[in-house]
Amino acid sequence: MAMNYNAKDEVDGGPPCAPGATAKNRRPDNTAFKQQRLPAWQPILTAGTVLPTFFIIGLIFIPIGIGIFVTSNNIREIEIDYTGTDPSSPCNKCLSPNVTPCICTINFTLEQSFEGNVFMYYGLSNFYQNHRRYVKSRDDSQLNGDSSALLNPSKECEPYRRNEDKPIAPCGAIANSMFNDTLELFLVGNESYPTPIPLKKKGIAWWTDKNVKFRNPPGEQSLEERFKGTTNPVNWVKPVYMLDSEPDNNGFINEDFIVWMRTAALPTFRKLYRLIERKSDLHPTLPAGRYYLNITYNYPVHSFDGRKRMILSTISWMGGKNPFLGIAYIAIGSISFLLGVVLLVINHKYRNSSNTADITI
Amino acid sequence: MSLFESESEDRQNEEQVRYLQANSRELNIVFGYPNNTIKTSRYNVFNFLPLNLFEQFQRLANAYFLILLFLQLIPQISSLAWYTTVIPLLVVLSITAVKDAIDDMKRHQNDNQVNNRSVMVVMNGRIKEDKWMNIQVGDIIKLKNNQSVTADVLLLSSSEPYGLTYIETAELDGETNLKVKQAISVTSNLEDNLGLLSAFDGKVKCESPNNKLDKFTGILTYKGKNYLLNHDKLLLRGCVIRNTDWCYGLVIYTGPDTKLMQNCGKSTFKRTHMDHLLNVLVLWIFLFLGSMCFILAIGHGIWEHKKGYYFQSFLPWKKYVSSSVASAILIFWSYFIILNTMVPISLYVSVEIIRLGNSCYINWDRKMFYAPKNTPARARTTTLNEELGQVKYVFSDKTGTLTQNIMVFNKCSINGIFYGGVYKNEQNVDVSDEREKVDFSYNKLADPKFSFYDKTLVEAVKTGDRWVHLFFLSLSLCHTVMSEEKVEGNLVYQAQSPDEGALVTAARNFGFVFCSRTSETIMVVEMGETKVYQLLAILDFNNVRKRMSVIVRTPEDRVMLFCKGADTILCQLLHPSCRSLRDVTMEHLDDFAVEGLRTLMVAYRELDNAFFQAWSKRHSEACLSLENREDKISDVYEEIEKDLMLLGATAIEDKLQDGVPETIATLNKAKIKIWVLTGDKQETAVNIAYACNIFEDEMDGMFIVEGKNDETIRQELRSARDKMKPEALLESDPVNIYLTTKPQMSFRLPEEVPNGNYGLIINGCSLAYALEGNLELELLRTACMCKGVICCRMTPLQKAQVVELVKRYKKVVTLAIGDGANDVSMIKAAHIGVGISGQEGMQAMLNSDYAFSQFHYLQRLLLVHGRWSYNRMCKFLSYFFYKNFAFTLVHFWYAFFSGFSAQTVYDTWFITFYNLVYTCLPVLGLSLFDQIALDTTYWTIISHIFTWGSLGFYFCILFFLYSDGLCLMFPNVFQFLGVARNTLNLPQIWLSIVLSVVLCILPVIGYQFFKPLFWPANVDKIIDRIHQCTRPLLPLPKRTKLKHASTRRSAYAFSHKQGFGALITSGKTMKSKVFKKKQLSF
Repeated sequence: MAMNYNAKDEVDGGPPCAPGATAKNRRPDNTAFKQQRLPAWQPILTAGTVLPTFFIIGLIFIPIGIGIFVTSNNIREIEIDYTGTDPSSPCNKCLSPNVTPCICTINFTLEQSFEGNVFMYYGLSNFYQNHRRYVKSRDDSQLNGDSSALLNPSKECEPYRRNEDKPIAPCGAIANSMFNDTLELFLVGNESYPTPIPLKKKGIAWWTDKNVKFRNPPGEQSLEERFKGTTNPVNWVKPVYMLDSEPDNNGFINEDFIVWMRTAALPTFRKLYRLIERKSDLHPTLPAGRYYLNITYNYPVHSFDGRKRMILSTISWMGGKNPFLGIAYIAIGSISFLLGVVLLVINHKYRNSSNTADITI
Repeated sequence: MSLFESESEDRQNEEQVRYLQANSRELNIVFGYPNNTIKTSRYNVFNFLPLNLFEQFQRLANAYFLILLFLQLIPQISSLAWYTTVIPLLVVLSITAVKDAIDDMKRHQNDNQVNNRSVMVVMNGRIKEDKWMNIQVGDIIKLKNNQSVTADVLLLSSSEPYGLTYIETAELDGETNLKVKQAISVTSNLEDNLGLLSAFDGKVKCESPNNKLDKFTGILTYKGKNYLLNHDKLLLRGCVIRNTDWCYGLVIYTGPDTKLMQNCGKSTFKRTHMDHLLNVLVLWIFLFLGSMCFILAIGHGIWEHKKGYYFQSFLPWKKYVSSSVASAILIFWSYFIILNTMVPISLYVSVEIIRLGNSCYINWDRKMFYAPKNTPARARTTTLNEELGQVKYVFSDKTGTLTQNIMVFNKCSINGIFYGGVYKNEQNVDVSDEREKVDFSYNKLADPKFSFYDKTLVEAVKTGDRWVHLFFLSLSLCHTVMSEEKVEGNLVYQAQSPDEGALVTAARNFGFVFCSRTSETIMVVEMGETKVYQLLAILDFNNVRKRMSVIVRTPEDRVMLFCKGADTILCQLLHPSCRSLRDVTMEHLDDFAVEGLRTLMVAYRELDNAFFQAWSKRHSEACLSLENREDKISDVYEEIEKDLMLLGATAIEDKLQDGVPETIATLNKAKIKIWVLTGDKQETAVNIAYACNIFEDEMDGMFIVEGKNDETIRQELRSARDKMKPEALLESDPVNIYLTTKPQMSFRLPEEVPNGNYGLIINGCSLAYALEGNLELELLRTACMCKGVICCRMTPLQKAQVVELVKRYKKVVTLAIGDGANDVSMIKAAHIGVGISGQEGMQAMLNSDYAFSQFHYLQRLLLVHGRWSYNRMCKFLSYFFYKNFAFTLVHFWYAFFSGFSAQTVYDTWFITFYNLVYTCLPVLGLSLFDQIALDTTYWTIISHIFTWGSLGFYFCILFFLYSDGLCLMFPNVFQFLGVARNTLNLPQIWLSIVLSVVLCILPVIGYQFFKPLFWPANVDKIIDRIHQCTRPLLPLPKRTKLKHASTRRSAYAFSHKQGFGALITSGKTMKSKVFKKKQLSF
């Protein structure tokens, strides 16, 4: 016979029926918590609560959905694929790596004028910016202006960490693969010569990225001096301190660079390229008419079946064109409403019959 | 513990025989016996960390995370930052470690307290006080009354004559009655002479330490002579000295060698079905995880082959990756790491917390607190709560569990007159407080706790009815009770059985007070007048005789024999002249039996002095004979126990505990079957079964199995089944087919439905056959078809066997409830053991998983706490797995968009905190506060705080982790700066959140609403009724108690142990000095 020996029992002489036990009252406290009598909300689903819920959801969701859908539909958007895989495409010649620099021009027509601020994007397809090794291949310390990381980038940047014994700045596969096509937009007016559309290249990155996350190496010298001892990424023609002429848009805080460094979640993505600001209330930003897109074609995507696009879009209060959300709201609103109706009918038909059933225990 | 055990085992292997010498530490030290320190703690400061960690990593999930950690350290496959698994693992490990540490500290404290208690040691002719732990083998210690025995000691001498010492062994075997130990004469002569004691140099050679409580052999060598030692001379640690002023003992076994410690083996850890399920689930999750990783790895291989290979201009393969296959192999492990959140690391910890919480609720429940004893319910095991909700079979002890084990003198029949029945409006009214108790104030020595309601009996006593006086005189003389007068005028009786105690107490209250006894006299205060009866002989009880007698010489110099015993036996011994009286009394006995009372007959005989002298001579001869002494003695007894004059009969109520019938009725409604396993006799057990609703009067049949061999028992069982369900014996019966097709495998016996309510009674002797071999299944099938099963005359082992039988073939949860040491085996065998802390010590309680003091608390334990715990645990598991799967499967989905590259969707900190911080409290809240009274969600304020608090907490942490400061300090770790700010500003985010919440909730609400309409459960109907509120719920029909017409007779319901008779007459128990004093005063 094995027993649970517990020294405590020997000490106390056993818990309850100890003869000489003091008159300490062991009655448990009468608190709501200990007696499991906490006030509680017990939602009991009855016809009176469920049916109105369904109808109300339907009545709220459908108008919201319609609103979103209409807003989304009012957004003007045009997409132009300029990859040049089609032999008839003007950019087809640029597929061969021999033509450098390769400039091609694509004509297009805006049927309707674009009002308000217009956003110019470049879009890539089949480009796996979300690949784990790609996503990891960066050094945020370096981009944050850390001088030691500048000269000694993180191992994650391999194989774009050093080139010819010089540390690469900015290191890593992301930076190395930075999009480097140049896109220019011209309006072919009635005049004999086309008007270039002014493209604003600042204000396209998040404020936090531009001001906090990305910083040039510290120092009072010129940017070139501060990046001394580093080399440019393998694919880059220019070093990082020559990305732009303006000092507040150069080096790591170049906004095109910052936008590129925020990797896309899906293999088909678009990134903001330029802003076309509204000029005045009277004239549309981009009036309807013929335009041409001038492309300095540098970025090779043909090898992996990638596609390149240029997108022009206006925005609304809820961002860019997104028909899905509106449709989803309308669909769920309708389903909920329909369910409400069905439940109402069923409830009327069956409720009474189930009442008469006996309780069998 | 394990270390310590193996150590002591090693030493035991070496030590075959133990040698020691009294008062000679130098010599005993050679053998290297341990000192008297006990150690129940597991860790010390130095080994805590390694030992505890080692134990924790034996858990599958913990070990998995450790492996994961190592995988993460391999840069080639590491897909997550190392801290995503380290932080949860550390938290989980430290919570468990802290809990273990606290437990162990308590053990340390208790150990210290016990080890530092003081005891008197005889040293060089003086008595020295020392700590328990410093006691060594060979020391001589002095123990006083009511002290616990320090170690296993050999009794040397005591204050009582003949070196007798009384001890109580409640802690060892649960028996509360006193036991007597006796020192051998050569040492008892040492008395308390310190000089002699410290000069005592006896050598003891005895067996090595073992765990047999009732076995000890050894040889004491003293002054060149050998004396045989047995367990009667050994006082075991854990016993308490009673009724003995002092005694001296020689320490034989110390500390871990004591029988008490040798017996505290590792308690078998009871695992619940839920534990088993959890392990199975975790294994399935592992498999699922593995297959997902495999699929993703294949996907990755294909992707790298078709796309990744060409994407190398921007993302070249690593140097060590030679082909897409190599890459796929690496990605398998990367996904293994990423999908780790599916393996629930916090599962075990959460389960433990929930179980602990639900155990606390049991401890805190006022409805399970028994005020008269000041005893709350105690969940001694915290791991079995949800099992309580699945109990199908309850095995109950009878005495002390269904009944109070308090015997109350309830009715009697004296000289053909019925006393004690109170009739009101021709209806027998149950004893209640409404009626006036009889006033015993005329008797100063009355026991105030005793109550009786029939005034006529007191009148009869007061008027001096001769028969009534004689009746009570016989009750006050014919017994083996010992009395103790701790406070002047306050007598305390030590009875071998509660029946005897009740009878003597009754006699005491009616004015025949048994005061004290010596070996030759009994002092009785008869109606205020002290009389001394000379005790001539005690003809003690035994199971064959079923009666006991005393022969006394009255102060009037008459020799009287008083006898009490079973009516069936005594009837045949009566003098023919009292036949008519016998018939009347038998009628009364029938009435008593119908009410379930335990009955005894009382008779007397006046003896001729010469006849007695002759008999006495024969008696002493028989006592001295060497051959067939027992037989001869009983022959002699029979010579004198005849021609008895009937005095009357007593009826003792074996009081049922409060609410037992109602509880059993409720449990029956819950389809819980209740079997009574008792050591008591069939008649008593059946009576109690009727009294507490296990058997009902309107049952369709009752089967009694009492065969004495295999074949008859088989026939009995089969005929019973034939009656209950005739088709069950046919070849075509599905169960029979099932049994023939599934041989020898572990199988589960299907449920069979009989055509009515039946009861089965089987006694221990038949059970012994039935439990053997192929009758097992016959028995089980028959028994399980019955509504109630009574097994009587069971040994403790058989109780456990029955439980095992049901456990093995029925595969359902069993619960055993009992209060005595004889229930321990069944309590341990059952899935859940419940101990009633009652009259019979606390052995059962110490071995139980749950302990409380009233049987009817079982209803609340099972139907409230059990059901809630079970439901909570189920909801918890569903919720827990749901959240983990929902969280992790996103990665599976995302793999198809990210080139199967093991890229995570979430940032690493979200993964780190998801299980641990963001989602743990709502889940815990649900599983601690949910109540499924009406099948709805139960949202307390705490649930709200947990849920909304967790959400709020999420946002706080989010903004903290994505803040400027952290990013500037560690740009590589906190790289998600600005994400929260920029995304949460977008209206789409909020619109999507609202959309997905509604989308998730709508189907559930719809289903919940549809369900009661199409598939109504009882609960829904009840809710419906409540809602209608047109008429109040009908009260459940109250069972009307029918008076049972059959003649169930409770036979001799008397303790089946032999009393102190032999000891009393031998004079050994009497205090010689006191005796002398009293003699002088007479």
